[in-house]
Amino acid sequence: MKAFKKLWRLIILSATLTVALCACGGDKAGDASKHITIGIPQDLSDSLDPHEALAAGTREILFNIYEGLVKPDSNGDLKPAVADEYSVSEDGLTYTFHLRKGVKFHNGKDVTADDVLYSIKRNADPDSTLANASAFSNVKEYKADGENIVITLNKKDGDFLQTMTIAIVPEGVDNLSTQPCGTGPYKFVSRSPQENIILKRFADYWGEKAYIEDVTLKICANADSITMDLLGGSVDFFARITASQALQLKDSNFNIEEGTMNLVQAMYLNNAVEPFNNEKVRQALCYAVDPKEIIDFAFDGKGTELGSSMFPAFGKYFVKEINDVYNPDIEKAKELLKEAGYENGFSFAIKVPSNYQPHIDTAQVIVEQLKKIGVNAEIKLVEWDSWLSDVYVGRDFEATVVGVDASTMTAKAMLERFTSDSSKNFVNFKSDAYDAAFNNAINATDDATATEYYKECEWILAREAANVYIQDLAEMVAINNKYTGYEFYPIYVLDIAKIKPAK
Amino acid sequence: MKYVLKKIGTLILTLLAVSALVFFAFSFIPASPALSKLGTEATAEKIAELNHQMGLDRPVLVRFGEWVAGIVHGDFGISYSYNTPVTQLLSEKIAVTMLLSVMAILITVILSFPLGIYVARKSDSKLDVFFTTVNQMIMSIPSFFSGILITLIFGLILHVFTPGAYVSYKRDFFKCVAYLVFPALSIALPKISMVVKLLKDTALKEADKDYVRTAYSRGNRTKAVFYKHVLKNAIIPVITFLGMTFADIIAGSIIVEQVFGVPGLGRILLTSISGRDYPVVEAIILLLATAVVVSNLIVDLLYKKFDPRIHV
Repeated sequence: MKAFKKLWRLIILSATLTVALCACGGDKAGDASKHITIGIPQDLSDSLDPHEALAAGTREILFNIYEGLVKPDSNGDLKPAVADEYSVSEDGLTYTFHLRKGVKFHNGKDVTADDVLYSIKRNADPDSTLANASAFSNVKEYKADGENIVITLNKKDGDFLQTMTIAIVPEGVDNLSTQPCGTGPYKFVSRSPQENIILKRFADYWGEKAYIEDVTLKICANADSITMDLLGGSVDFFARITASQALQLKDSNFNIEEGTMNLVQAMYLNNAVEPFNNEKVRQALCYAVDPKEIIDFAFDGKGTELGSSMFPAFGKYFVKEINDVYNPDIEKAKELLKEAGYENGFSFAIKVPSNYQPHIDTAQVIVEQLKKIGVNAEIKLVEWDSWLSDVYVGRDFEATVVGVDASTMTAKAMLERFTSDSSKNFVNFKSDAYDAAFNNAINATDDATATEYYKECEWILAREAANVYIQDLAEMVAINNKYTGYEFYPIYVLDIAKIKPAK
Repeated sequence: MKYVLKKIGTLILTLLAVSALVFFAFSFIPASPALSKLGTEATAEKIAELNHQMGLDRPVLVRFGEWVAGIVHGDFGISYSYNTPVTQLLSEKIAVTMLLSVMAILITVILSFPLGIYVARKSDSKLDVFFTTVNQMIMSIPSFFSGILITLIFGLILHVFTPGAYVSYKRDFFKCVAYLVFPALSIALPKISMVVKLLKDTALKEADKDYVRTAYSRGNRTKAVFYKHVLKNAIIPVITFLGMTFADIIAGSIIVEQVFGVPGLGRILLTSISGRDYPVVEAIILLLATAVVVSNLIVDLLYKKFDPRIHV
């Protein structure tokens, strides 16, 4: 078999050569101002059309490609974008936006009033099935007046400006769901499903241009290989890393920046099933669960305790004192259980979505804490889509640990879901006092009164123990020390334009 | 000829059965593509409406029949998640997974044959226990773990490659293959040890046979006997084994793709299942089933060629 041996030697040689040559490929220290690779945990698998996109992960990336008449800055304040100034009439019903000169779409076309009207029409049209349609139900009419867009409302609405953050898209372009075209600092170049999305700096952007020329959004689906990808150099940036991943990156060429996730993590209780239909039982659980212990144990001490459905980034709406409504008190918890008729405790199941490790970790600590008052909780892991269909839509659950945020930075969006007839009231919370307070808030004639009523809603949620509130999770971002400038936003966005090379 | 036709007939029936199973399976699991699309905006009414719009409220048999009719014309439908035709979406992924699987098989063959013979020849020596133990250990390492080990050793410690730095074969074929060597090796490792064991056992069994004694008595040297006569006979069960594990190798590549960040069928299959992207899942399952059935068919046919004594 001489031929075989010769062939065998040849194969060994070429294999060694291949391996040796890969080593030569090595690490070309990339020019930081030219390119950055940002890791994202999931592909943008819903539509890239900004008016259709629903998934938070999709919207956080589209933030770089599209802009509205106004857009939020990193403090959550709305700043002029496609419009360069705006005014509201005395009675609060008429909004006038002046179109900024020289704004171009990524396809080179100038932005005109017609494009703005088209973008509004897509959402405001009564037959529209788009997600934002309900936000436009209050719009009486909208029209162009020279370089101005004038929008008239039926009823005064302090939160209306938020609605005008919806993307301005070019009129007459059909393929927006696969080929984005907006006015933002980055334009879409291409995508390879489940692999990456390529963006390029938009040279004709009206505002402060982005620093980095080419952006590759790499899909890193496997949570376990994220640290390896970061340390290996194939990914420069990854948001929302876990405490253990941060520990692995200590003393490496990565900086860990800290912010907050801006959501309300709680053990949400189904108020319509036994024993959670009994307020005393819910209150007992609130006295038994110690958020501080959860934060220390599962999150390395990083996280902000919450007492109600509101988090600190909301500024004036957040009431720190609500967290003290239930300080850990095992005796009080046992007493309340006894009064409710559950002296010997009870058992229940906590459904947790299996793709969110922080919620799983939190649930495990809760199980231990509840044992002290004789309550046995069992964790049931469910796949995300099953969670959506069974828990969120079907409301078929006893308790669940999950994080809830608001689609827009408004107290209304955050608190609306607990009114008794809200379609999003998956916890089945029913309180006349709450409905009244919320109603007063949305009908208030000035901002100060509305704020007071919203705060009243938060107090009610706490006092009536709608849920066992835990924390606003800390968000940690790993960024290669070649780069700097990342800013946290109070909403779910990834502002790439602010990232720049470190000197 | 009749034999081949019969085989092909069975093949088509198997594929139909597998596809039907998948179709029906989706009707039993909770959630739907409509729910996936709506996410937290979902309410019972919105889901029902979107389901109707997508044609998902029609009876399963009708949808299945429509799908089969489409397949016959080469139309695999449009992905719910990506709004692109499934064929377009999958073509590059299929190529990647196939490339990875073929590399895994090549590495298995190249490394295991000489190793197997070597171990067989050394079976009388003191090293035998050592070889058997090491072999057993490697056989039991799951491919994703060997993937993590390989990434750690060759990627982070020895810096032979950069973990996660997959390059598309369209951009640079050579670099792509160079990167795929490592995931291919992870998949191949347990298979190598299985083939080594198999080859060793078969070779030793053959070595006891009469024709080998005849060869020795004719004056052939031991080494020549092993390579020329024994190997040729020992190869048959090995080829059968490789053919049957082809399916396993594809499955292995799907798992290992996750560890090395290779954009093949694995990831898109998993995300399409959780996103309830029916057209994509059904196309991939059909593909995988075809690969398994066809490779088994090829093995059956080759079997007959290698050993004329065999009558299948």
